[in-house]
Amino acid sequence: MKRYQNISLIIAVIVLALIPLVTVQRPEPGPDGKKVEIFAGADGQAEDLIKQIVPDYKPWFEPFFEPPSGEIESLLFALQAALGAGFIGYYLGSAATRSRLQKELNRPRVD
Amino acid sequence: MHIMEGFLPAKHAVAWSAASAPFVAYGIYSIKKRVIEHPEQRMLLGVATAFTFVLSALKIPSVTGSCSHPTGTGFGALLFGPATMAPLGAIVLLFQAILLAHGGLTTLGANIFSMAIVGPFAAYGIFRMAQAIKLPFGLSVFLAAALGDLLTYVTTSLQLALAFPDPVGGFTASLAKFAGIFALTQIPLAASEGFLTVLVFNALARYNARELQSMNLPVPQEVKA
Repeated sequence: MKRYQNISLIIAVIVLALIPLVTVQRPEPGPDGKKVEIFAGADGQAEDLIKQIVPDYKPWFEPFFEPPSGEIESLLFALQAALGAGFIGYYLGSAATRSRLQKELNRPRVD
Repeated sequence: MHIMEGFLPAKHAVAWSAASAPFVAYGIYSIKKRVIEHPEQRMLLGVATAFTFVLSALKIPSVTGSCSHPTGTGFGALLFGPATMAPLGAIVLLFQAILLAHGGLTTLGANIFSMAIVGPFAAYGIFRMAQAIKLPFGLSVFLAAALGDLLTYVTTSLQLALAFPDPVGGFTASLAKFAGIFALTQIPLAASEGFLTVLVFNALARYNARELQSMNLPVPQEVKA
Protein backbone atom coordinates (compact mmCIF):
# COMPACT_ATOMS: atom_id res chain seq x y z
CA MET A 1 0.00 0.00 0.00
CA LYS A 2 2.66 2.44 1.13
CA ARG A 3 4.68 1.72 -1.98
CA TYR A 4 1.92 2.91 -4.25
CA GLN A 5 0.69 5.76 -2.11
CA ASN A 6 2.50 8.62 -3.83
CA ILE A 7 1.66 7.43 -7.31
CA SER A 8 -2.01 6.96 -6.27
CA LEU A 9 -2.08 10.53 -4.96
CA ILE A 10 -0.77 11.85 -8.27
CA ILE A 11 -3.25 9.78 -10.25
CA ALA A 12 -6.13 11.00 -8.03
CA VAL A 13 -5.22 14.63 -8.75
CA ILE A 14 -5.05 14.00 -12.49
CA VAL A 15 -8.33 12.06 -12.54
CA LEU A 16 -10.10 14.82 -10.55
CA ALA A 17 -8.99 17.32 -13.20
CA LEU A 18 -9.96 15.06 -16.11
CA ILE A 19 -13.48 14.08 -14.96
CA PRO A 20 -15.02 17.52 -15.65
CA LEU A 21 -13.54 17.57 -19.16
CA VAL A 22 -15.57 14.47 -19.92
CA THR A 23 -18.74 15.07 -17.91
CA VAL A 24 -19.38 18.77 -18.54
CA GLN A 25 -21.31 19.22 -21.79
CA ARG A 26 -21.18 22.46 -23.72
CA PRO A 27 -24.70 23.96 -23.75
CA GLU A 28 -26.36 24.56 -27.12
CA PRO A 29 -25.38 27.91 -28.66
CA GLY A 30 -27.79 30.73 -27.80
CA PRO A 31 -29.86 32.66 -30.36
CA ASP A 32 -26.77 34.61 -31.46
CA GLY A 33 -25.21 31.35 -32.64
CA LYS A 34 -22.04 31.90 -30.59
CA LYS A 35 -20.44 28.98 -28.82
CA VAL A 36 -21.16 29.08 -25.10
CA GLU A 37 -17.95 29.48 -23.13
CA ILE A 38 -17.31 26.72 -20.61
CA PHE A 39 -14.58 26.36 -17.99
CA ALA A 40 -14.40 30.10 -17.50
CA GLY A 41 -12.71 31.31 -14.33
CA ALA A 42 -14.80 31.41 -11.16
CA ASP A 43 -13.36 34.87 -10.39
CA GLY A 44 -14.78 36.21 -13.64
CA GLN A 45 -18.16 34.59 -12.99
CA ALA A 46 -18.31 36.30 -9.61
CA GLU A 47 -17.62 39.60 -11.38
CA ASP A 48 -20.58 38.92 -13.71
CA LEU A 49 -22.78 38.07 -10.73
CA ILE A 50 -21.88 41.37 -9.04
CA LYS A 51 -22.91 43.23 -12.20
CA GLN A 52 -26.17 41.26 -12.18
CA ILE A 53 -26.98 42.02 -8.52
CA VAL A 54 -25.93 45.67 -8.69
CA PRO A 55 -26.22 46.60 -12.39
CA ASP A 56 -24.94 50.15 -11.87
CA TYR A 57 -21.85 49.15 -9.84
CA LYS A 58 -18.76 50.77 -11.26
CA PRO A 59 -15.35 49.41 -10.24
CA TRP A 60 -13.68 52.40 -8.61
CA PHE A 61 -10.12 51.36 -9.25
CA GLU A 62 -8.35 49.96 -12.29
CA PRO A 63 -5.25 47.75 -12.35
CA PHE A 64 -2.12 49.71 -13.28
CA PHE A 65 -0.98 46.97 -15.60
CA GLU A 66 -2.93 44.28 -17.36
CA PRO A 67 -1.36 41.53 -19.45
CA PRO A 68 -1.89 42.83 -22.99
CA SER A 69 -3.13 39.44 -24.23
CA GLY A 70 -4.16 36.00 -23.09
CA GLU A 71 -0.81 34.69 -24.31
CA ILE A 72 1.12 37.05 -22.08
CA GLU A 73 -1.15 36.25 -19.17
CA SER A 74 -0.43 32.55 -19.61
CA LEU A 75 3.29 33.37 -19.85
CA LEU A 76 3.15 35.06 -16.45
CA PHE A 77 1.13 32.23 -14.88
CA ALA A 78 3.59 29.69 -16.28
CA LEU A 79 6.43 31.78 -14.86
CA GLN A 80 4.75 31.82 -11.46
CA ALA A 81 4.34 28.04 -11.47
CA ALA A 82 7.86 27.48 -12.81
CA LEU A 83 9.45 29.61 -10.08
CA GLY A 84 7.59 27.68 -7.40
CA ALA A 85 8.15 24.24 -8.86
CA GLY A 86 11.81 25.00 -9.55
CA PHE A 87 12.44 25.96 -5.95
CA ILE A 88 10.63 22.92 -4.54
CA GLY A 89 12.50 20.65 -6.94
CA TYR A 90 15.85 22.14 -5.94
CA TYR A 91 15.06 21.76 -2.25
CA LEU A 92 13.87 18.15 -2.51
CA GLY A 93 16.76 17.27 -4.82
CA SER A 94 19.35 18.58 -2.41
CA ALA A 95 17.57 17.01 0.56
CA ALA A 96 17.52 13.61 -1.18
CA THR A 97 21.21 13.86 -2.05
CA ARG A 98 22.14 14.92 1.48
CA SER A 99 20.28 12.01 3.04
CA ARG A 100 21.90 9.58 0.56
CA LEU A 101 25.39 10.89 1.29
CA GLN A 102 24.76 10.72 5.03
CA LYS A 103 23.70 7.10 4.72
CA GLU A 104 26.90 6.32 2.82
CA LEU A 105 29.00 8.04 5.49
CA ASN A 106 27.31 6.11 8.27
CA ARG A 107 27.81 2.77 6.58
CA PRO A 108 30.34 0.75 8.61
CA ARG A 109 33.70 0.43 6.86
CA VAL A 110 34.79 -3.05 5.93
CA ASP A 111 38.56 -2.37 5.70
CA MET B 1 -11.06 33.49 -4.75
CA HIS B 2 -9.53 36.65 -6.17
CA ILE B 3 -11.89 39.55 -5.82
CA MET B 4 -11.11 41.69 -8.84
CA GLU B 5 -9.58 45.15 -8.60
CA GLY B 6 -12.15 47.79 -7.68
CA PHE B 7 -14.89 45.23 -7.10
CA LEU B 8 -15.26 45.82 -3.38
CA PRO B 9 -16.89 49.07 -2.23
CA ALA B 10 -14.28 51.35 -0.68
CA LYS B 11 -15.55 50.90 2.90
CA HIS B 12 -15.32 47.11 2.62
CA ALA B 13 -11.90 47.31 1.01
CA VAL B 14 -10.59 49.46 3.86
CA ALA B 15 -12.21 47.28 6.54
CA TRP B 16 -10.74 44.04 5.18
CA SER B 17 -7.32 45.64 4.80
CA ALA B 18 -7.49 46.80 8.41
CA ALA B 19 -8.52 43.31 9.49
CA SER B 20 -5.63 41.68 7.62
CA ALA B 21 -2.89 44.12 8.58
CA PRO B 22 -2.25 42.89 12.16
CA PHE B 23 -1.97 39.26 10.97
CA VAL B 24 0.53 40.22 8.29
CA ALA B 25 2.49 42.33 10.77
CA TYR B 26 2.58 39.57 13.37
CA GLY B 27 3.48 37.06 10.66
CA ILE B 28 6.48 39.15 9.58
CA TYR B 29 7.58 39.46 13.22
CA SER B 30 7.29 35.70 13.77
CA ILE B 31 9.21 34.92 10.57
CA LYS B 32 12.02 37.31 11.59
CA LYS B 33 12.21 35.67 14.99
CA ARG B 34 12.21 32.20 13.47
CA VAL B 35 14.98 33.01 10.99
CA ILE B 36 17.18 34.31 13.83
CA GLU B 37 16.50 31.30 16.07
CA HIS B 38 16.51 28.64 13.36
CA PRO B 39 18.40 29.93 10.32
CA GLU B 40 18.34 26.40 8.88
CA GLN B 41 14.57 26.72 8.37
CA ARG B 42 14.95 29.51 5.81
CA MET B 43 14.89 27.09 2.89
CA LEU B 44 11.75 25.44 4.19
CA LEU B 45 10.06 28.85 4.46
CA GLY B 46 10.95 29.24 0.80
CA VAL B 47 9.38 25.88 0.03
CA ALA B 48 6.14 26.93 1.76
CA THR B 49 6.03 30.10 -0.35
CA ALA B 50 6.93 28.18 -3.49
CA PHE B 51 4.14 25.65 -2.88
CA THR B 52 1.62 28.51 -2.75
CA PHE B 53 3.16 30.00 -5.90
CA VAL B 54 2.67 26.76 -7.82
CA LEU B 55 -0.76 25.82 -6.56
CA SER B 56 -2.32 29.23 -6.96
CA ALA B 57 -1.07 29.38 -10.57
CA LEU B 58 -2.84 26.16 -11.53
CA LYS B 59 -6.30 26.83 -12.94
CA ILE B 60 -8.01 23.48 -12.79
CA PRO B 61 -11.38 22.61 -14.36
CA SER B 62 -14.15 21.54 -12.01
CA VAL B 63 -17.40 19.61 -12.35
CA THR B 64 -19.40 22.86 -12.24
CA GLY B 65 -18.02 23.75 -15.69
CA SER B 66 -15.79 26.52 -14.46
CA CYS B 67 -12.14 26.75 -13.48
CA SER B 68 -10.57 27.69 -10.20
CA HIS B 69 -7.29 27.17 -8.41
CA PRO B 70 -6.06 25.69 -5.13
CA THR B 71 -4.24 27.98 -2.69
CA GLY B 72 -1.42 25.91 -1.20
CA THR B 73 -1.50 27.78 2.11
CA GLY B 74 -2.35 24.81 4.32
CA PHE B 75 1.10 23.26 3.84
CA GLY B 76 3.01 26.21 5.29
CA ALA B 77 0.45 26.64 8.07
CA LEU B 78 1.10 23.08 9.27
CA LEU B 79 4.87 23.58 9.11
CA PHE B 80 5.23 27.03 10.66
CA GLY B 81 1.89 27.85 12.23
CA PRO B 82 -0.88 29.84 10.60
CA ALA B 83 0.38 33.39 11.22
CA THR B 84 3.48 32.77 9.10
CA MET B 85 1.34 32.25 6.02
CA ALA B 86 -0.24 35.72 6.18
CA PRO B 87 2.81 37.57 4.79
CA LEU B 88 3.83 34.64 2.55
CA GLY B 89 0.36 34.45 1.00
CA ALA B 90 0.37 38.23 0.70
CA ILE B 91 3.53 38.04 -1.44
CA VAL B 92 1.79 35.68 -3.87
CA LEU B 93 -1.35 37.81 -3.99
CA LEU B 94 0.71 40.95 -4.55
CA PHE B 95 2.58 39.28 -7.43
CA GLN B 96 -0.74 38.33 -9.04
CA ALA B 97 -2.34 41.72 -8.40
CA ILE B 98 0.54 43.72 -9.88
CA LEU B 99 1.68 41.54 -12.79
CA LEU B 100 -1.43 39.56 -13.71
CA ALA B 101 -4.27 41.98 -12.93
CA HIS B 102 -5.58 39.03 -10.96
CA GLY B 103 -7.10 40.30 -7.78
CA GLY B 104 -6.05 43.85 -7.02
CA LEU B 105 -4.49 46.35 -4.67
CA THR B 106 -7.82 47.63 -3.35
CA THR B 107 -9.03 44.07 -2.79
CA LEU B 108 -5.67 42.83 -1.51
CA GLY B 109 -6.76 43.03 2.13
CA ALA B 110 -9.91 40.99 1.51
CA ASN B 111 -8.01 38.43 -0.57
CA ILE B 112 -5.26 38.13 2.06
CA PHE B 113 -7.95 37.60 4.68
CA SER B 114 -9.55 34.66 2.83
CA MET B 115 -6.47 32.98 1.36
CA ALA B 116 -3.63 33.82 3.75
CA ILE B 117 -5.49 34.07 7.07
CA VAL B 118 -8.73 32.07 7.16
CA GLY B 119 -7.33 29.22 5.05
CA PRO B 120 -4.14 28.72 7.11
CA PHE B 121 -5.86 29.16 10.51
CA ALA B 122 -8.59 26.70 9.51
CA ALA B 123 -6.00 24.21 8.23
CA TYR B 124 -3.95 24.51 11.42
CA GLY B 125 -7.00 24.14 13.69
CA ILE B 126 -8.35 21.16 11.76
CA PHE B 127 -4.93 19.48 11.83
CA ARG B 128 -4.68 19.91 15.63
CA MET B 129 -8.21 18.53 16.10
CA ALA B 130 -7.57 15.59 13.79
CA GLN B 131 -4.38 14.79 15.73
CA ALA B 132 -6.20 15.15 19.05
CA ILE B 133 -8.69 12.47 18.07
CA LYS B 134 -5.75 10.32 16.91
CA LEU B 135 -6.42 10.29 13.20
CA PRO B 136 -3.44 9.07 11.15
CA PHE B 137 -0.92 11.78 10.23
CA GLY B 138 -1.58 11.62 6.48
CA LEU B 139 -5.35 11.83 6.88
CA SER B 140 -4.97 14.79 9.25
CA VAL B 141 -2.81 16.59 6.68
CA PHE B 142 -5.31 15.84 3.93
CA LEU B 143 -8.32 17.10 5.91
CA ALA B 144 -6.47 20.22 7.05
CA ALA B 145 -5.28 21.23 3.58
CA ALA B 146 -8.53 20.36 1.79
CA LEU B 147 -10.89 22.04 4.27
CA GLY B 148 -8.61 25.06 4.65
CA ASP B 149 -8.73 25.49 0.88
CA LEU B 150 -12.52 25.15 0.82
CA LEU B 151 -13.00 27.60 3.70
CA THR B 152 -10.93 30.19 1.83
CA TYR B 153 -13.52 30.10 -0.94
CA VAL B 154 -16.41 30.17 1.53
CA THR B 155 -14.82 33.30 3.00
CA THR B 156 -14.64 34.94 -0.43
CA SER B 157 -18.34 34.16 -0.92
CA LEU B 158 -19.12 35.72 2.49
CA GLN B 159 -17.09 38.83 1.67
CA LEU B 160 -18.91 39.33 -1.64
CA ALA B 161 -22.34 38.60 -0.14
CA LEU B 162 -21.67 41.21 2.59
CA ALA B 163 -20.69 43.76 -0.02
CA PHE B 164 -23.42 42.90 -2.52
CA PRO B 165 -26.57 41.65 -0.77
CA ASP B 166 -29.30 40.52 -3.15
CA PRO B 167 -31.96 43.24 -3.67
CA VAL B 168 -34.69 40.68 -2.95
CA GLY B 169 -33.25 37.92 -0.76
CA GLY B 170 -30.59 40.02 0.96
CA PHE B 171 -27.36 38.63 2.33
CA THR B 172 -28.47 34.98 2.46
CA ALA B 173 -29.64 34.79 -1.14
CA SER B 174 -26.49 36.53 -2.28
CA LEU B 175 -24.31 34.18 -0.24
CA ALA B 176 -26.00 31.16 -1.84
CA LYS B 177 -25.26 32.58 -5.30
CA PHE B 178 -21.61 33.40 -4.62
CA ALA B 179 -21.06 30.11 -2.82
CA GLY B 180 -22.57 28.38 -5.86
CA ILE B 181 -19.79 29.88 -7.95
CA PHE B 182 -16.88 29.56 -5.53
CA ALA B 183 -17.47 26.87 -2.93
CA LEU B 184 -19.11 24.23 -5.16
CA THR B 185 -16.47 24.60 -7.85
CA GLN B 186 -13.81 24.30 -5.21
CA ILE B 187 -14.81 20.93 -3.73
CA PRO B 188 -12.83 18.69 -6.12
CA LEU B 189 -9.98 21.20 -6.18
CA ALA B 190 -9.84 21.19 -2.40
CA ALA B 191 -9.46 17.41 -2.52
CA SER B 192 -6.63 17.85 -5.03
CA GLU B 193 -4.90 20.32 -2.73
CA GLY B 194 -5.25 17.80 0.10
CA PHE B 195 -3.65 15.06 -2.00
CA LEU B 196 -0.78 17.30 -3.17
CA THR B 197 -0.08 18.46 0.39
CA VAL B 198 0.15 14.86 1.61
CA LEU B 199 2.48 14.16 -1.32
CA VAL B 200 4.87 16.94 -0.32
CA PHE B 201 4.75 15.88 3.33
CA ASN B 202 5.63 12.34 2.26
CA ALA B 203 8.70 13.67 0.48
CA LEU B 204 9.70 15.81 3.47
CA ALA B 205 9.17 12.93 5.90
CA ARG B 206 11.44 10.76 3.79
CA TYR B 207 14.36 13.16 3.41
CA ASN B 208 13.89 15.75 6.14
CA ALA B 209 12.36 13.76 8.98
CA ARG B 210 14.72 15.24 11.57
CA GLU B 211 13.87 18.80 10.55
CA LEU B 212 10.15 18.11 10.76
CA GLN B 213 10.52 16.53 14.18
CA SER B 214 12.47 19.54 15.41
CA MET B 215 9.42 21.63 14.41
CA ASN B 216 7.18 19.59 16.71
CA LEU B 217 5.38 17.85 13.88
CA PRO B 218 4.59 14.30 14.89
CA VAL B 219 5.92 12.85 11.67
CA PRO B 220 5.98 9.08 11.64
CA GLN B 221 8.92 7.52 9.84
CA GLU B 222 6.55 6.51 7.06
CA VAL B 223 3.60 8.80 6.48
CA LYS B 224 0.34 7.04 5.83
CA ALA B 225 -2.81 8.50 4.31
